[in-house]
Order: sequence, then C-alpha cells, then structure tokens
Amino acid sequence: MDIKKYIRNFMDYKYLLFELVKKNIKLKYRRSYLGILWTLVEPLLNMFVLTIVFGTLFGRDDRTFPVFILSGRLLFSFFSSSTKAGLKAISGNAAMIKKVYVPKYIYVVSAIISNFITFLISLIVLVGVGAVLKVKPTIYLLQAVIPIIVLLVMSVGIGLLLATLDVFFRDIEYIWSVATTLIMYASAIFYSTDRVANTGNAWIFDINPVYMCIANFRNAVLYGQPMNMVYFARSSVIALVLLVAGIIMFYKNQDKFILHV
Amino acid sequence: MKENVAISVKEAGMRFNLNQEHVDNLKEYFIKILKRDLKYNEFWALKDVSFEVKKGERLGVLGLNGSGKSTLLKVVSGVLKPSTGKVQTRGVVAPLLELGAGFSPQYTGRENIYLYGAVLGYNKSFLDDKFDEIVDFSGLGEFIEVPVKNYSSGMKSRLGFSIATIVEPDILILDEVLSVGDKKFRSKCEKKIMSMFDRGVTVLFVSHSLEQVQRLCDKAIILDSGRLVAHGPVEKVARVYKSMTG
Repeated sequence: MDIKKYIRNFMDYKYLLFELVKKNIKLKYRRSYLGILWTLVEPLLNMFVLTIVFGTLFGRDDRTFPVFILSGRLLFSFFSSSTKAGLKAISGNAAMIKKVYVPKYIYVVSAIISNFITFLISLIVLVGVGAVLKVKPTIYLLQAVIPIIVLLVMSVGIGLLLATLDVFFRDIEYIWSVATTLIMYASAIFYSTDRVANTGNAWIFDINPVYMCIANFRNAVLYGQPMNMVYFARSSVIALVLLVAGIIMFYKNQDKFILHV
Repeated sequence: MKENVAISVKEAGMRFNLNQEHVDNLKEYFIKILKRDLKYNEFWALKDVSFEVKKGERLGVLGLNGSGKSTLLKVVSGVLKPSTGKVQTRGVVAPLLELGAGFSPQYTGRENIYLYGAVLGYNKSFLDDKFDEIVDFSGLGEFIEVPVKNYSSGMKSRLGFSIATIVEPDILILDEVLSVGDKKFRSKCEKKIMSMFDRGVTVLFVSHSLEQVQRLCDKAIILDSGRLVAHGPVEKVARVYKSMTG
C-alpha cells in the first residue's frame, strides 16, 4: 500500500469531491418550491409532530422536550440518510464508473459529506428552537463537536461497507432500511431512557453507538453537562473499527465493482 | 518503464465471469453455496497482450467485433484493472470515448462543464480560464444555461468533446467518436485532433476503418479473440489485416 500514491491521487481529485458534494446539495431540492429551505422546515415540522404525539398526548410537560426530540432526530437523520446515500453511491453511479476512471471512494465520501453539510445547516433549527425555549448554553456546548465527528466517522465506515455489499447483493438496501428503523427505535429519540430503565432492556442503550452520540450531544447542548466518557470511548472505538473495516472491504473489492454493477 | 515510453502493456489479460444466471441477491447466493451450485464460466476478453507505445507514436488498434478492442481501451484508461499482467501509462490520459458519460442530466451545460472537467481531473481555476473557449468550440451559445437533459445527443457529444479536448493530454485514446456531429463540427474535431498530433501527443486509436487507421497512425496492432496477432508499422499490419478479413 503506497500511501504517497493515494494521497497524490486524492489531491488530483479533491476538486471533483468538491464538485460532487456541490452537485448533491444543489440538486437535492432544485425542482421543489422551497428548495434548500426544506432542510430547515422538515426537521421543524417533524419536531412539532413528535412533540405533539410523544409530548402532549403522552402527558409530558417538560418545557425543553422539543429540544430533546430535535437533538436526537437531527443526529439520527444524518446517520440514516448519509449511510443510505453511501450505500447507493457505487451502484447509482454505475454508468460513470464504467466509462471513466475516478477513485471510487470519492463517490461514497461525497454522498456522506453532502448529507453532513445539510445536517449542519439543519442545526440552525436547533439553535432557533433552543433560543425560543430558553435553553441556556454552557461551556459544555463546545463538546457537541465530538459526538458529531464520531457519528461522521461511523457513517463513512458504514457507507463504504454498504456500498461494497450493494454492488454484489442488491437487497442490502432493504436490509439496511429495516436496520435503521430498529436503530431509530432503540435510540431514545422521542422517549427518555428512564422509561426503559426498569424493564431490564436498558442494555440496548449501552451498546447502541448512535444513542451514545445522541446522549453526549444532548449533554453538551441541552443539559450543560460534561460528556459521558464511557459512551465516548465506546462509540469512538466502534466508529474506528467500522471505518477500518469499511476501508479494507471497499479497497479489496473495488476492482470487481465494474463487473457487477 | 523507460523514459520515452508512454504506454506499456505487459502480458495483460482480462477475465470476465459469465454466470449462467446472474446471482445478485443474498437469498440466491446462499442457496447456491449450499447446493454447491456456484458455477462461473470464464471468458478471457484479453489474453497475454504485450506491447509498448513510445511517446509521440500513434498506434492503431484493429480487430473484428468482439476481439477485445474496447476492453483494451478500458484497461489502458484505468477503468478496468487487468486480471493478469501490468499496464502502465506516463502522463495525462484523455479517453475520448463515450463523451458526456459524466454529465448530470438536471445540471445545466455550464454546471456540467465544471463537473465533467473535475471528473477528467481539471481544477477550478483552469476551467474558469478556459470556460469561454469550451463554450465557443461546442457552438452551444446560450444553450449552455439549459439543463443537459434537454440537449440532443449531438449537443451532448459536442459539449463532451469540447471539455475533453480543451487540454492537450499526453496520451489520447480515440475510437470512432470522430463520427459525431454535422460536417462543420466533424472537421473542427479533426483539425483539433490533428493539431494535437502535430504536437507529439501519443495516440491509441481504435477503428474498424482500415483507411482511417492508415491515414492517422504510424504503427498498428491487430487483436483477434483477445490475443495480439500482429504488431508493427501500419503498412505492414494493414496488409495482414486485409488478408485476415479478405
């Protein structure tokens, strides 16, 4: 593995990465009326619905519940849409891959980065709602960056893994869709972990890295507390393992993509 | 690879696995593994092909349909990795094949110039500089601001050709792409390509037309069922080809 060669290759194509990310974002809402505003409106609408259903209807009167929901939902949305986009990144670009040489990981990475950027834009909603509900920012707010980065690394790793699998097995798309639904229900997005604590199922939260990132994000943004170091350590290890596994699997199989895609 | 060599192909082979039934989902895959039914038919599109192209040489690639010409081009341009052997190239390779493959239909011509340019390895400042030249050469005028999905196939090819040839690559790979567009555009294309020849660009040219190969190339090879059967100065190889094809 000649590292210098890969770095040089990346430098040659880094403008392409930029252009692909730009394209994904520009085209995402090009023909819709609200366009990029949907990145802000959609989480807001979602938050209203979830607050009404799980808040008012379920009898919660916690003033900051919408922020609780939103923080979980935004992070989870990023995870689910970026891994889904990464999954399709190779088979979806089959035509180009068969005609012209481009380092293939660029397709997967660009899909995830464009989702990351729209995620960052959607955080504006969180800031807005937090301000309206008078959530006080503390110094721990700066820590919010860490679980976000862990989630990003994890998404890239999973994206590479899924993209590779999707080339050979087209049904991975459906399997992953079910998996993300499961992860969503297990990530305490619209309910608090206290509700589950007594049922003996709380172990789920201790192994779900997406929940761990959400929990630490909420510590930084909503509760003004230091990070849960156990969660940080566990989720980072999982993220790194997935990244390495993704890179290896992708690298080992990328020359076969063109034959199956 | 020696200094003066632009393309080096050593014992290159390309094997494709032809499945009787294409297995592309998990259920069938597992069933076949359990039944030990996973059969592959091997097809060697290229077998043991070796040749060198020196800088500035123009090599014609002749052969009947299915002889492996397109596969050879894909291997040299890096789209396919050879199953066996080694392929090396020196310098920037511009494959003028299936132009406009990198176009995004919802994007306008202008946006695609930057996107396709990036796919070919150009950077933003270069594309900014050459933007007007590209649009001029393509003859698209104000259509450059229209989404590419509304272009005719001729317009797409013209735009693709303009972007791909704006830079003088070290190695040019051509197939019968020269036959696209109206007479005016075709002669513009030929002039552009000829000017590149004059500047010593190395060329790999695939064609069915013996006449074109004899006109444009100085050396040639013949592929037959994936194997290299002739290699040498174009006149000699032309005679072999004529005798092969009767």
